[in-house]
Amino acid sequence: MKTSLMRIQAIITKELLQLSRDRMTFAMVIMIPLVQLLLFAFAINTNVRNIPVGLVDHSQTSLSRVLQQTVSATGIITFAHNYHSVKAAQKAIASNEVRAVLIIPKDVSQRLVRHPSVGFGLPPSSKQETSRPIAQWLVDGSDTVIAGSIKSLRNMPLVELLDKPANRHTPTFEVTLLYNPEQRSVVNIVPGLVAVILTMTMIMFTSAAIVREQERGNMEMLITTPLAPIELMIGKIFPYIFIGALQVSIILGLGYWLFNVPFNGGLSQLAIATLLFICASLVLGLVISTIAKNQLQSMQMTIFILLPSILLSGFMFPYEGMPLPAQYIAEALPATHFIRLIRGVVLRDVDVIEMNFDMLWLIGFTCAGLLIAALRFKKTLD
Amino acid sequence: MILTSRSAANNTNFNCEFAITAKKLCRNFGQLAAISELDLTVEKQTIYGFLGPNGSGKTTAIRLLTGLLKPSRGQVNVLGCHLPQEADKLRLQIGYMTQKFSLYDDLTVKENLQFISKIYGLTANEQKSRLSELLSIHQLTQQSQQLAGSMSGGQKQRLALAAAVMHKPKLLFLDEPTSAVDPQNRREFWEQLFDLCDQGTTILVSTHYMDEAERCHKLAILENGIKRADDSPQALMNNVAAQVVEVAANDLRYIKDKLTALPQVISAAQLGTHLRVLVKNAEADPVALLQQQSCIKITDKLAIVRPSLEDVFVSCTGQAVAR
Repeated sequence: MKTSLMRIQAIITKELLQLSRDRMTFAMVIMIPLVQLLLFAFAINTNVRNIPVGLVDHSQTSLSRVLQQTVSATGIITFAHNYHSVKAAQKAIASNEVRAVLIIPKDVSQRLVRHPSVGFGLPPSSKQETSRPIAQWLVDGSDTVIAGSIKSLRNMPLVELLDKPANRHTPTFEVTLLYNPEQRSVVNIVPGLVAVILTMTMIMFTSAAIVREQERGNMEMLITTPLAPIELMIGKIFPYIFIGALQVSIILGLGYWLFNVPFNGGLSQLAIATLLFICASLVLGLVISTIAKNQLQSMQMTIFILLPSILLSGFMFPYEGMPLPAQYIAEALPATHFIRLIRGVVLRDVDVIEMNFDMLWLIGFTCAGLLIAALRFKKTLD
Repeated sequence: MILTSRSAANNTNFNCEFAITAKKLCRNFGQLAAISELDLTVEKQTIYGFLGPNGSGKTTAIRLLTGLLKPSRGQVNVLGCHLPQEADKLRLQIGYMTQKFSLYDDLTVKENLQFISKIYGLTANEQKSRLSELLSIHQLTQQSQQLAGSMSGGQKQRLALAAAVMHKPKLLFLDEPTSAVDPQNRREFWEQLFDLCDQGTTILVSTHYMDEAERCHKLAILENGIKRADDSPQALMNNVAAQVVEVAANDLRYIKDKLTALPQVISAAQLGTHLRVLVKNAEADPVALLQQQSCIKITDKLAIVRPSLEDVFVSCTGQAVAR
């Protein structure tokens, strides 16, 4: 047992020494979370603003101009071009000059005065005359996020247009937004980014670990020594746990100071969740490393895991929106479970214990992975 | 030093007398038989050599004997451990120096040795004394802070040997240890090996250098995974299955072509101004045979000379090997 610990310690010391000599890798440990956090936290925004749109104004009245300004004032769109005909406008959409076109008909003022939202008495809704919309949007529907933003304009209030209070009606549901009342994307993205960056760096570090020893010929020496596979595996992942912890601190620290991402949970809860995920990712890398024959292969397999970890884990798109088979795949990825845990801990102050399914899953994944890696690693050259 | 003649008397108690015994050892890689029917006995405290060209199965044989490869058939007993079942037990007792430098290029000499010492479970005190001892024996004290990757071939090889003997193994395997080393370093390296042997280590070394093979106590000549001969270098040279005739003449390239065409001639190789011709033992008077050839002039000098190890090798394998 004592000699076993000593061998593990020997591997850890060796890994740390090698890492400290590899300046580039060492720099990347800091730079990857730093740059990616700044980049993604600023860049990714699901609240779309300033979509370039076109205008076809058939009425050419002061009313149509006021309507145009009212829509523009929402900030969702900016009018970039005017077109004479609907045909020209459609061409502009096809050539990606604008993403949508607002078509204001000739009879816009008649339509407006009879419009129910303006509030001249009760809307006799069965009459086609009165229930006609004021104007029409032609939207490039291929991008669902853009289309959704413009759809949200469908029921925009037109109070300013007539200088009259709008026909308020009571909403069916009252909605109270907890944890992120201002609906800032960054609050959701920063904790998720922890998962993505850790998936990338942790798997990458260890997926190359065993392969590199093989490529450089060190493995032939190692397997003639009394070093046991499990000792090698533990020694290989241990130094990277600290690197992972360092990266998490960078991301969450910067998220807190720069982007005001609230930090509601306890530090110990965060530490538990992160440690579990780091171990699971490192072990996944080790399994890759025992399968891959060279570093290029290990890199390809890392990307193979990384992409679904970004797209399916709930980082980019809600887990609930995915079809069932995709959800099963997502369930298999450690990142999915960690994103739930860290969003729970950081944003909603949940104890990890309360989310015990995700926690147990990560523990199970780590143990099983370590076992598989140790079993797959043969101490012979057969 | 144990003489070869003692082995015959004591071979019933082979576990004590022999470091390695192998019986009908075979190893196939798919269709290719890398090692076939290898019988081997290596006495303790001797230096045993594997001599053979590239691809003759030297490395495979060593890997089989260290437990790194599982034999397809046959029995192996190394230091009383049955392979492959007891490979883990064997690992603490053997040292293995690989053909390619297999320590870490990005660690210093000292860090490499410290790593190995911890892997073999040396205590902190043992570590310190063993490290300084090894550094001075292998003349690496000055380089102890240097990165292994920046060292010369000779220094690397000394470091590899120091690492391989860290835990004072009873049996040391060296796979072409001097292939990247100059003659001076090779000489010093062999001095180290004889010191180790004197201290009780059994050494198995593979090589394709004749001069190195000649230093071994006993030698096995391998070709295509088959053991062609097996004895002390002296005995091999005495019992060679050919007679060697040295021809001194002018047009050696032409003569060589003519002579190698003869059925009685095994091979002919030029050595400077001489041609070394191997003639089958069955020929009673090889000088007379050669003199009858039209290509040999009366003025040319022919003489029977002592066979060298290279002659042994060529007559065993029927293949010329670069010196």
